[in-house]
Amino acid sequence: MDQIMQHAVNGLVLGATYALLGIGLTLVFGIMRVVNFAHGELYALGAYVAYALVSLLGLDFFSALLFSAVAGFLIGSVIEFVLLRRCKLENIDEVMLIMIGVMIIMQNAELMLWGGVAKVVPTPFSQEPLIVGSVALSPTRLFVLCAAAVLLLVFYLVIERSRLGMAMRATFQDKDAAKIVGVNVSSIYTLTFALGSCLAAVTGALLAPIFVVSPTMGDLASLKAFAIVILGGLGNIGGAALGGFALAMIEEFGASYVSTSYRDALGFIVILIVMVMRPQGLFAVKERVG
Amino acid sequence: MKRIVFLICVAALAVLPLVWSDPYMLSVVSAAGIMIVAAISLNLLLGFTGQLSLGHAAFFGIGAYTSALLSLGFDVDLGWGPVVVDPKPVWLAFAMGIVVAGLAGWLVGKLAFRVRGAYFVIVTISFAQVMRMVALNWVDLTEGPMALTSIPALTFWVPGQGVIELVSKAATYWLVLAAGVVAYVLVARLVHSRAGRAVMALRENETLAKSIGIPVTRYLVIASVLSAAIAGAAGGLYAHTVRIIDPDVFLFVYTITMVIMVVAGGKGTLAGPVVGGVIFGLMPEVLRGVVPPEVQWMLYGALMILILLFLPKGIVPAGARGVQWFRSRGRTATVDDAKSAIAVRTAVSEGGRA
Repeated sequence: MDQIMQHAVNGLVLGATYALLGIGLTLVFGIMRVVNFAHGELYALGAYVAYALVSLLGLDFFSALLFSAVAGFLIGSVIEFVLLRRCKLENIDEVMLIMIGVMIIMQNAELMLWGGVAKVVPTPFSQEPLIVGSVALSPTRLFVLCAAAVLLLVFYLVIERSRLGMAMRATFQDKDAAKIVGVNVSSIYTLTFALGSCLAAVTGALLAPIFVVSPTMGDLASLKAFAIVILGGLGNIGGAALGGFALAMIEEFGASYVSTSYRDALGFIVILIVMVMRPQGLFAVKERVG
Repeated sequence: MKRIVFLICVAALAVLPLVWSDPYMLSVVSAAGIMIVAAISLNLLLGFTGQLSLGHAAFFGIGAYTSALLSLGFDVDLGWGPVVVDPKPVWLAFAMGIVVAGLAGWLVGKLAFRVRGAYFVIVTISFAQVMRMVALNWVDLTEGPMALTSIPALTFWVPGQGVIELVSKAATYWLVLAAGVVAYVLVARLVHSRAGRAVMALRENETLAKSIGIPVTRYLVIASVLSAAIAGAAGGLYAHTVRIIDPDVFLFVYTITMVIMVVAGGKGTLAGPVVGGVIFGLMPEVLRGVVPPEVQWMLYGALMILILLFLPKGIVPAGARGVQWFRSRGRTATVDDAKSAIAVRTAVSEGGRA
């Protein structure tokens, strides 16, 4: 029982960050119909910005988080503005391949700049775990959980309550109708991509003190983000949040009760099962097709 | 005409080791050739059916591992007692590699073609990742990251010399060339067949294809099986010529390399993967020593983006159009020009599409 609680708490922390990662990816797919293979690289970018600022320049971790967010936002807007706007998003496969090109360039740029050796970002919190009952949780992980929860809430409010969010939802539903009522769809696209990239970068920076920072970290992050998004249904934002927690729990419990070495395979096995049994995603509600 | 050009190309490639016997270059060309065979198999799915498989390295790896394991022999404990497999003749192992890869293609096709587009892509990626995890973690069978070593080479019967092992660089080169020719001819025959026309019809307009009675999913599964089988053959070739394999054969970069070759050369054209494969297969050699490997990969990525933005159909169709423009340049059009224009257009859409 104690163990189960401990796994559940670990899953919750991991799930909150997975949710952030998944939401960014699903937002971009839902609104722009772009399968963003570079998502994991933007996650890695955030982690490297945190590394450069904290470990090399001696900045504090919280400002580094902010700078990571800004870096993700800027790079995201540049990618959208320079590449995606050009190709007018006609053929989903071509856009996918362009994003794979971006992924290759970013990953190898990281490899060239920082080398293949994994980097460590020091945590600003004490290493002493907080113990509540039988559950131990390091302060860093607690901070990650809180920060992710706040970000999820802010993101929810932006989408549901702000004018920008309304414009995004309108574009999501029908981009031509949105244009007719005066939504500037091009800038919504840029903002969407920038916001998705920003979320990925912040997630990377948040997790940097927990995991190590390496050029290949983006690969697994991208693939996991796909798993999360598939679980929730492509383009379903609430589904992606739930999918994040679901994948984290599956990994936590799967790793401890089934097999540790297949931990990272679990996500893909889940994708395969979901695709066969319920391709619209686990949390999809009824919608018009076509 | 096309057939003559094809035969001349094959003949020229066949005599290459006789006139230019630098063993290093021959092995580089052979390695590129194996990737070209894999790219030809990917083109069958990506180019002719329009389904982007980003897990093609899985079929390559399955072919390589099956062939290597059967030729080496193995014993595993599956829980209900040990299974011992004695080493099999190398060609039988190679054929089994093709069969097992084809079966994997059938499985993925059956499962994945319930969904299309982005979903299909993600299913194929996941499949390749699961395969890689299995190869890494099932150490009893695959030796995991320690790799399978001393894989026997393929053999060949030569009059007067008996059965020899194909280990020399020139022999490997000819073997790969032969496999490439077989794969090319097979795909060419296939796309000109009824099944080929059916899958192209569904690429152009799935609803219409269905409405005239084409069993879309069945033909997609057939294409998937054949594509996987050819990729498996490429994997088997890799295993028996490099003679050492590790779980990295399942890596995403191999799939990416195949995709770049197909897209750059011209997806849906027979010559596309060959042209793209020659360019991207030999480019690492040209760039070696000039730039570090990271920059080389960045160039790959940039080149892929540029080709997609400016030559979305690829080099081969663009080249065919260029030839047409060059021929008609600076003359007033005659009836002959119109005829040749039509001929080129047909050639593009047939060699191109068909």
